[in-house]
Amino acid sequence: MCLGIPGEILETHEGGSGLRMGTVRFGGAEREVCLEYVPEAVVGDYVIVHVGVAISRVSEEEAREVFEYLEQIRAAGELDDAEGVAP
Amino acid sequence: MTPRAWRRDRGERPCRGASPPEPRGRRGVKYLEEYRDGAAAREYLSAIRRLATRPWTLMEVCGGQTHSIVRYGLDELLPAGMTLIHGPGCPVCVTPIHIIDRALAIARTPGVIFASFGDMLRVPGSTADLLRARAAGADVRVVYSPLDAVALAEAHPDAQVVFFAVGFETTAPANATAVLLAARRKLGNFSILVAHVRVPPALEAILASPFCKVQGFLAAGHVCTVMGTGEYREVAARHRVPIVVTGFEPVDILQGIAMVVRQLEEGRHDVEIAYGRSVRPDGNVAARRAAEEVFEVVDRTWRGLGEIPSSGFGVRAAYSAFDAERRFPDAGEPAAESPECMAGLVLQGIRKPHECGAFATRCTPEHPLGAPMVSSEGACAAYYLYRRRAASAAPAGSGVSAVPR
Repeated sequence: MCLGIPGEILETHEGGSGLRMGTVRFGGAEREVCLEYVPEAVVGDYVIVHVGVAISRVSEEEAREVFEYLEQIRAAGELDDAEGVAP
Repeated sequence: MTPRAWRRDRGERPCRGASPPEPRGRRGVKYLEEYRDGAAAREYLSAIRRLATRPWTLMEVCGGQTHSIVRYGLDELLPAGMTLIHGPGCPVCVTPIHIIDRALAIARTPGVIFASFGDMLRVPGSTADLLRARAAGADVRVVYSPLDAVALAEAHPDAQVVFFAVGFETTAPANATAVLLAARRKLGNFSILVAHVRVPPALEAILASPFCKVQGFLAAGHVCTVMGTGEYREVAARHRVPIVVTGFEPVDILQGIAMVVRQLEEGRHDVEIAYGRSVRPDGNVAARRAAEEVFEVVDRTWRGLGEIPSSGFGVRAAYSAFDAERRFPDAGEPAAESPECMAGLVLQGIRKPHECGAFATRCTPEHPLGAPMVSSEGACAAYYLYRRRAASAAPAGSGVSAVPR
């Protein structure tokens, strides 16, 4: 239910009642999405969309964090070597 | 979906500082596929094995996380003794039966178009579900967004359109926006039946239970995308329990587990974010403001957990014209749960779905006794989908290959 899907903003426009709207591409599908709560997001940005409303702009820098944390663990020698290279 | 007429020349703003889109195709959808990487998952599993000196018990709060964990078999790849308890984070599952009955009564009212997210349609009420009500003639429609329900109200001025506003904090801004839009457009034929719930009071209730075994939480990434982490710092400090805000893909979840385990091993109980690409510590302030404009905090009854103080949202008096409970005050039936369903114990993490005598026999997704078997995020449905054979056949834990590329 709290499913949020990342998609790329293709264009933005003002909706009928003054809401900021836009077209967002999810893989192969496109949909009109409410962008009212991501005023900083522009065409080309990725947003997390939940039930037709964007709830965040995906941070490009933070997107790598999950792999950087792994780097830190590796650098600290906290990987179990025998397991780490297992197929 | 097809391009629409309004896409013509809408004055696109130039791309501000964003890097060019990565090539698609081989890597699949950006910001999804890379977090399903098998090598990274194996490394995280290795790190978790290395970090954990004791059999810790963690709870993943969100049903979306439960789905990923069971689908990819992550729980079976963790070090022996380490346990993931599936939390109550499935709004479909915790919506109390008396609200389902209320929805049924409203949906059967002549002149009503009842709009809902699809997964609410098969949640059993006392005597029926919305799908059966539709088969019997009620005008029940599935919408993708609450904003689509507002469009329905505009397109059908002679009907009363009622939207079933279920969900956690994640969904509150969208549901609030529907009400704000209806108010702005002066729609007298739109209202919402609210069954909104909030996560932090549920965590407090779980931690207060004498049966609680949870030593650390993977908090729900999209709830915190909206709400931020403020309320969680209080929970972590009061109960001395580490909380890591976690995403939904396998590598995200394993990072969350690694961070919780590290805190437990170091004796810390902080709130950390493992899903920073979406979550900011303050949340989404604009979205939260919209939700707070329309909703106020109220007590709520959770299916399986009972009434929890301050655990829900209700419509503020200023927007009571859009509150279906006030527009249809007489709609309701006496409520009765199936005596065989142990959803309450599953939702509290005290029992696992396959420990239920009715699991996969008298209770299936086609004929559910309780809500956790209905929703795709319900723990019972996840076990039904991915664990039916494993429960009876060979022991699982077949290796890291369960994490596909």
